[in-house]
Amino acid sequence: MTASNPHRAIEAVWRIESARLIAALARLVRDVGRAEELAQDALVAALEQWPQAGIPDNPGAWLMATAKHRAIDQLRHRTLAARKHQQLGYEIDLLETPDDLDLDTVDDDIGDDLLRLMFTACHPVLSEEAQVALTLRLIGGLSTEEIARAFLVPETTMAQRIVRAKRALSEARVPFEIPGAAQLSERLAAVLQVIYLVFNEGYSATAGQDWARPSLCEDALRLGRILAELAPHEAEVHGLVALMEIQASRLRARVDPSGAPVLLLDQDRAKWDQLLIHRGLAALERAARSNGARPPSFAQFAIAPGPYVLQAEIAACHARALTADATDWQRIAALYAALMVLAPSPIVAVNSAVAIGMAEGPAAGLEMIDTVSHEPALRNYHLLPTVRGDLLEKLGRYDEAFAEFTRAAALTGNARERRFLQERAARVAGQFPGKGHA
Amino acid sequence: MRFMMIMIPKGYEQATPGTQPDAKRVEAMMKYNEALQKAGILLALDGLHPPSMGARVSFAGGKPKVTDGPFAEAKEVIGGYWMIQVKSKEEAVQWAMRCPGSENEVIEVRQVQELEDFTPDLQQAAEGFKDLRDSPGGKPR
Repeated sequence: MTASNPHRAIEAVWRIESARLIAALARLVRDVGRAEELAQDALVAALEQWPQAGIPDNPGAWLMATAKHRAIDQLRHRTLAARKHQQLGYEIDLLETPDDLDLDTVDDDIGDDLLRLMFTACHPVLSEEAQVALTLRLIGGLSTEEIARAFLVPETTMAQRIVRAKRALSEARVPFEIPGAAQLSERLAAVLQVIYLVFNEGYSATAGQDWARPSLCEDALRLGRILAELAPHEAEVHGLVALMEIQASRLRARVDPSGAPVLLLDQDRAKWDQLLIHRGLAALERAARSNGARPPSFAQFAIAPGPYVLQAEIAACHARALTADATDWQRIAALYAALMVLAPSPIVAVNSAVAIGMAEGPAAGLEMIDTVSHEPALRNYHLLPTVRGDLLEKLGRYDEAFAEFTRAAALTGNARERRFLQERAARVAGQFPGKGHA
Repeated sequence: MRFMMIMIPKGYEQATPGTQPDAKRVEAMMKYNEALQKAGILLALDGLHPPSMGARVSFAGGKPKVTDGPFAEAKEVIGGYWMIQVKSKEEAVQWAMRCPGSENEVIEVRQVQELEDFTPDLQQAAEGFKDLRDSPGGKPR
């Protein structure tokens, strides 16, 4: 190991090994918080010993053995201090597991443990923001500082959030297990929601000066891909991965060189990452195969596709169109109609209005969007007036369009988007944007 | 960050057309590929047929010239590659170290160039900068 980078090499090993290490320990000690502490202790030992001794051939096994020895030591101290019969169960597990446990040969067990860890980190006893923090920390392998920066909170706040989350799991005695059949669907949906939340945080910052934080997209994609291997028969998992791969394919095209946002239909498609599009379409194929459904001909799904598969199919429509004009708006409108049945929401209605506007004309789109214009849930949703403004502009109703773009600009928390909307308003009012003029 | 792990098998430069890899090697490599997949970092991978089935195009004097393989002067040739997505070069190297490479194999780890890695003037040249602000559309992305 080069003397200049021993810590960075060890950090890299940690990113590779930590999730499986914590998962295996969690099964032994039955407490995710304790498992993480033991794993951290092993990391400290590695940071002390590896710079001199070199990284071991099987770093995962070294970390596991170190963590287990520490757990056994702690156990001996506690057993001497107070004999508690209910602890005997896991204590016996701990003492009997072979020392040379090779994390690779017991891959299936580790796979199950990793799945258990994902479900536990996203347990309903935790708030969503706690689930996100814990998932990124325990499975994503991010440091507290990295997570704090990603979510724009002070490090101490994030540290507290993680500590409280672990404590909540302990106090509620949340079992380290894969949910039973009755809860599986709901619990899996929670995991997918957390992963997609992380992705969206990276994809479109909701506040502040920057448009995107691509690193979070990578983390979310990695988590999704890991889950796809752990739960390969779940179509919605592949649907989420497909959605993220395809959305990520547009990251380079979403902002112009000056950092201003570029709408999907105006994006330079040569900048769309074809490798990611290919992966996204492949993931959609896996989704179609995984629940026994036939390949997408979407009038005849054997089993109705879930919301992530539907959203991914919509993204795939855009991805397959070589130019904006080639977009299959009919299909997109039909997919949104299906999504409205499955997961109706005012936001889906807004998106549906856009598609209908393109497929059937702006008047039809306006009709759809006006079914939700007064929804209280959308009062602060800036895309509603944005879309309404666009449809009104197309119908030549410029005064109304101006009012909508102005309203949208006031609602958005993103500074670049605000400027963008103000410029649209100015254009509609017959003025030109001020940029570049004296 | 994306990295390419390029497999350089010594002796492949002389491999005859249709050379098949040994079954045990394939099995070991499949396990490795699975590990990359399960870690969520594998983007793409491919094996390449030997140079004896390929061709080289050179451009001396600006004129393209084709030479069919094998290439006598080639000391090292590419056998295949993996493309992975990781946070650092160290992480890519750690993964390369886990490959069940044999005595005569070397993996070269190279970072993939992204547009942001280029200097601003190169970025402009690559993008064919055009004014994107007069956008007629208004759709959510």
